[in-house]
Amino acid sequence: MIFVFCAILLWLFGWWLNGRLASGPYAGTRLVRFVAPLVFGLTVIGIWELVVRGLEVPLVILPAPSVIAVRFGGSLPVLWADFVQTIIKGALSGYIIGCGSAFLMAIAVDRWDFLRLGLLPVGNFVAALPIVGTAPILVMWFGFDWHSKAAVVVVMVFFPMLVNTVAGLREATAMQRDLMETYAATYWQSFLKLRLPAAMPFIFNGLKISTTLALIGAIVAEFFGSPTLGMGFRISTSVGQLSLDMVWAEIVVAALAGTAFYGLVAMIEKAVTFWHPSQRG
Amino acid sequence: MTTGAPVIEAKNLDLTFQTNDGPVQALKDVNLTVNKGEFVSFIGPSGCGKTTFLRCIAALESPTGGALTVNGMTADEARRNRAYGYVFQAAGLYPWRTIAKNIKLPLEIMGYSGKEQEERVSKVLELVDLAGFGGKFPWQLSGGMQQRASIARALAFDADILLMDEPFGALDEIVRDHLNEQLLALWARTEKTIGFVTHSIPEAVYLSTKIVVMSPRPGRITDVIDSPLPKERPLDIRDTPEFIEVAHRVREGLRAGHADV
Amino acid sequence: MFRQELHAFWAVLTVLLVIGVFWYAACVPMNIKGVLTEQERTGAEVQPPSAKERRDMSEFGLALNNRFAIPATWEQERPRLPAPHQVAIEMWETTAQKKITSKRSLFYHGWVTLSATMLGFAIGTGLGILLAVGIVHSRVMDLSVMPWAIVSQTIPIIALAPMIIVVLYSVGVQGIIPKAIISAYLSFFPVVVGMVKGLRSPDAMQLDLLRTYNASRSQGFWKLRLPASMPYLFTSLKIGIAASLVGAIVGELPTGAVAGLGARLLAGSYYGQTVQIWSALFAAAILAACLVGLLGLVERTVLKRMGMAQ
Repeated sequence: MIFVFCAILLWLFGWWLNGRLASGPYAGTRLVRFVAPLVFGLTVIGIWELVVRGLEVPLVILPAPSVIAVRFGGSLPVLWADFVQTIIKGALSGYIIGCGSAFLMAIAVDRWDFLRLGLLPVGNFVAALPIVGTAPILVMWFGFDWHSKAAVVVVMVFFPMLVNTVAGLREATAMQRDLMETYAATYWQSFLKLRLPAAMPFIFNGLKISTTLALIGAIVAEFFGSPTLGMGFRISTSVGQLSLDMVWAEIVVAALAGTAFYGLVAMIEKAVTFWHPSQRG
Repeated sequence: MTTGAPVIEAKNLDLTFQTNDGPVQALKDVNLTVNKGEFVSFIGPSGCGKTTFLRCIAALESPTGGALTVNGMTADEARRNRAYGYVFQAAGLYPWRTIAKNIKLPLEIMGYSGKEQEERVSKVLELVDLAGFGGKFPWQLSGGMQQRASIARALAFDADILLMDEPFGALDEIVRDHLNEQLLALWARTEKTIGFVTHSIPEAVYLSTKIVVMSPRPGRITDVIDSPLPKERPLDIRDTPEFIEVAHRVREGLRAGHADV
Repeated sequence: MFRQELHAFWAVLTVLLVIGVFWYAACVPMNIKGVLTEQERTGAEVQPPSAKERRDMSEFGLALNNRFAIPATWEQERPRLPAPHQVAIEMWETTAQKKITSKRSLFYHGWVTLSATMLGFAIGTGLGILLAVGIVHSRVMDLSVMPWAIVSQTIPIIALAPMIIVVLYSVGVQGIIPKAIISAYLSFFPVVVGMVKGLRSPDAMQLDLLRTYNASRSQGFWKLRLPASMPYLFTSLKIGIAASLVGAIVGELPTGAVAGLGARLLAGSYYGQTVQIWSALFAAAILAACLVGLLGLVERTVLKRMGMAQ
């Protein structure tokens, strides 16, 4: 019971600390913006640890953070192999193929009005569908290894990327297009010098949405069949063996991979679209 | 006043837009000759077709009737020959390019060498009084400076015609006076032919050698006034009787255009 | 205006037609090997006759050599790629020709998934809106929670799904609730982020105007922030419901559930019933389209009544 009492105390302390930070003199600073969520996160983990120990929650329901950390530290080779299989081979290759082909398709759609009229409603429609359901079919076609996972990722990221890029390529204002006209610029000149740079914020929006979709696709596709490694495989088998500490360790890997992947794309975005009002602020 | 050969000639020009509410006659029977070295203002209420006419000269719109020549060829041929620089109502600078790179944009498209690009950029930056700002991004400059940069961009490839569509409309009056003065100085130095759309009477009278008064529904020319003012014009010329006389005539022309609606 | 719409309609139709033609054409190389093996068994003459040689040949070459077998590629019982009409027939047979309560009816499976989706979506959006209101009104919550809500968008949190199902199963909770929980947390975060954006969308001038009226915080909320947030809310609701549906489907995978569209997908993939997989997939797609379309309709009506749409 003492643990639970400590948990309540910790909660109150965390609340008080962030309250002080939020109303204190440094409230608007970057430091507080960084520290406050950290305090919140650590408080949650602390409470989790204390409650699990205090109420003696069994491992098969919720392992304590310390147990997860120990398991994480002890299974680094396995986690790394799963990471390479699922994220690098499955998600990343599918991401590159899917986003790349969607980009090329977007140029064609932008060039020919008929394609835009016909394909864009279809693309918008497909972008909202539960595409992850194609996983069993693609696993059947491309086998259990990472190729089928990459294929699922390609299908998942293609349409959101297409829709965003097409919207971006139409972003240049009528006035800016007229300006290109007064220079008698060719189609490709106005594409490279005006429409492509103007589309960059939209393209990166598509690329950012696609990072998360790529990880979801690669992990969920493994639920439908995989070789004996990969994050989705490890999660589903470990769940079956009730070794939840391993499941949580994989989830930590997924979280780290997801934020790192997203963060990387966001960093490139910041460098490329430094001029956009949303990045200047 | 000495004027050169005709540069822009419009004969019986018509333009009808097809809209959802039926056809709209934007220009009707427009006749006008602009000679080399003139500064021509187009003034009138909104919907009178002044911007449309300017866009016709730039081949951004196609007339549905009549004849229009620019430098002795069709407007579209003139566009392909890069016969004019166009300045829009907003500066329209690319936010991802510095001022210098923005001015280089037309030069890149027209295939100037790197060395020539540099030379021309520094020359026009000086012309519009922006030397030293080439490395800045547009969003780091004031609205007046941005519009000056866009004028520099239009001057960079040295076309003899400069078409300006309410370039100072979005700026406050103090900045506007200043830019008007600079524009006159620029015109005197470069001897370009300028077409200038505005809805400000003092601006039109102060700048122009010829004022074209237009009126709407259908868009047409109601009066063409040759300004008697000297070419040398300090700002306080606006208080002289001659200036007020011309302004009065423009105002009368605008009112007459409205009376018969 | 009408002519433009007609033009767009034809364009969409053309694209769909091209997809259909392409699909039928793809069936030939995809299924030809299986078809030839079947035909050989029934005694037909197949070129080349040995299965080993056929394995090494390209699918297109095989199709050219055995043109008589091409129609059969659209009629196989367990094709690698079923033809569109096979899927359509399967869907027709499992909807119109089965009683709704039958275990083989797609309506039954669709309803199992839909009910979990809707329950989870209701919980997720409800809590999401509440948290968003809290974040907008409390500086502490904004600083502590908002960054995590944003980060959660970059994480494949769906990976938690199998664990939630199994853990809840081990404490005796099963059926609709575990799936609804997955649906709920998947729709929760997009709604929080969208709603916070929406509640913050009024600009400084509009807020200042209310300040000149000396309006209270709750008046500011009901009269300005909440109405202003509606377009954002609907955008995130549409994302949320799609995520909820995916959650419910994935939630049906790990326990080998017997009912629901996810269970149909999984069973189909176990037994190689490709036609069944495709029909379950189309059912899920139609369901998603209906849900998003319905929300779109509500959005248009609400925004119109509020005077925010044309």
